[in-house]
Amino acid sequence: MKKRLEVLKTYKIYIGGKFPRTESGRYYLLEGKNKKPLANICRGSRKDFRNSVVAARKAFSGWSGRTAYNRGQILYRIAEMLEGRREQFVSELILQGDSAAKAEKEVNISIDRFIYYAGWSDKYIQLFSSVNPVASPHFNFSVPEPTGVVTMIAPEESGLLGLISVIAPVIVGGNTCVVLASHSKPLCAVSFAEVLHSSDVPGGVVNMLTGFRSELLDNFSTHMDVNAVIYCGDDKKEGKRVMENSSLNVKRPHIINTKDWTKEKAQDPYQILDTQEIKTTWHPIGI
Amino acid sequence: MSNNGSINLSDFLNPPPVDQIGIEERVARLNKRSIKKNSKLSALKLALSMIDLTTLEGKDSKGKVRQLCNKALHLHDSFPDLPNVAAVCVYPPMVPTAVECLKESNVKVASVATAFPSGMTTLQTKLSEVRRVVRMGADEVDMVISRGAFLRGEYHLVFDEIASVKEACGEAHLKVILETGELYSLDNVRLASGIAIGAGADFIKTSTGKIQPAATQPVALVMMQAIRDHYFKTGKKVGLKPAGGISDAKTAIQYLVLLKETLGVEWLTPDLFRFGASSLANDLLMQILKQANGVYQSANYFSKD
Repeated sequence: MKKRLEVLKTYKIYIGGKFPRTESGRYYLLEGKNKKPLANICRGSRKDFRNSVVAARKAFSGWSGRTAYNRGQILYRIAEMLEGRREQFVSELILQGDSAAKAEKEVNISIDRFIYYAGWSDKYIQLFSSVNPVASPHFNFSVPEPTGVVTMIAPEESGLLGLISVIAPVIVGGNTCVVLASHSKPLCAVSFAEVLHSSDVPGGVVNMLTGFRSELLDNFSTHMDVNAVIYCGDDKKEGKRVMENSSLNVKRPHIINTKDWTKEKAQDPYQILDTQEIKTTWHPIGI
Repeated sequence: MSNNGSINLSDFLNPPPVDQIGIEERVARLNKRSIKKNSKLSALKLALSMIDLTTLEGKDSKGKVRQLCNKALHLHDSFPDLPNVAAVCVYPPMVPTAVECLKESNVKVASVATAFPSGMTTLQTKLSEVRRVVRMGADEVDMVISRGAFLRGEYHLVFDEIASVKEACGEAHLKVILETGELYSLDNVRLASGIAIGAGADFIKTSTGKIQPAATQPVALVMMQAIRDHYFKTGKKVGLKPAGGISDAKTAIQYLVLLKETLGVEWLTPDLFRFGASSLANDLLMQILKQANGVYQSANYFSKD
């Protein structure tokens, strides 16, 4: 019998609930062990990014308008779908150079991390809200609300767990996002976009790009319609640039320099608060 | 033209057949053209100067029209050297308000008339509506053709109706809306374009914006070809106004490429080409600022209307 010709997967980007190729038509070659070619990865352009922000902005009112309970259900659903496709993620991590045991562990923690944030969806608001004593007949209270569109430069070294650990707290809080996946470990990011696509997450809530950090960093941090930018990494120069660019429209910059995403302290509800704005309401008290 | 030099409907009844696949391929090919840097900036500004800023809703109020006129006069004052839009397009009852707001500017007032958008009323009513909006000061009249009559084959009726409206317009410019979304085929679009041009239209316009599909590029290309053939025959230049569904700068530039390639640079002026749109202006402004500052813009910083 003839040897079966292997069908290779095309890793595409994810914008507004669709999987287009990059508008620029460019790609880069991803190599595994011994320089073995693994896949051609889209080299996303600033126009892909611009389209993503439009999609994220469009999705924002719908997603932030969902009840916290419903967002929790959808995050839980993402975890369920990840569980169902765990073999794929494990094998992709191994392709990218991890040992079987390490890959298995990373996938397990990734799934659990989504469950963790799913649980927070209808709880963090109570914890971070307050009723404030004021010196007038007003009922005064402060509540967190999603900031809007968040862009993220995902961790370079942790292609699945790091990615998930920054996306989950942002979307559980009702934000929408545009993510630049790890340049050297992008396989899981694209597959994770497929998981999102089949998990009741509305199109545009998460937009996944692949490409070059150096090329897209400025666009990610200068775009006037972006409300917060999360930069994962320890490059001081890049971090400074993100901070400076953010001043253009006073977006919130966050520099995250977590080395080990498997630790329990890599997850906490304060990360949800990072992309929330506190709204204070003064409500007159009737006499 | 017939022998005695007068215009007859029969001159327009047998247009050349339209090659639909050919049209679509030509549109697709021209859409690939890349317009960058300075050319892009001037295209964006040109498109801005061609906009008929439009509000055609049942809930329109004087306040809304005043606001729109104000937008027409102050597109984005913090950015220097922006052109004005060409006109503000409103329903007849809003014409006096728009005329009052725009009287000291070069922005024209356009009014839809003839029982827009359906055109379902008597000729007498249509003519009196047209006379009324012209009397109130509208510079331009956007009429709709009787699509029912057209589809029944009563081309004389359509032709005569347009000719009567043109007469009623007097000095005002007449734009004839074909409502191509109801004409079914590009051959019909070509035929209707010929009839409208023959009957005296200053502009032919694709759509009311109330019917889907509204303006599409293949339809616009066919109308441009009708305009071009008429120009070759008579030397008279008729304008084109695609309207409805054109909301981003990229599409607007694609229309300008089609226009330039079909009718030439002479048509690249608000006197002969308009966009009927409301949200297009803001997208053009955002792209112009992007060209100038290098940073993608947010709708938050632009007035809505």
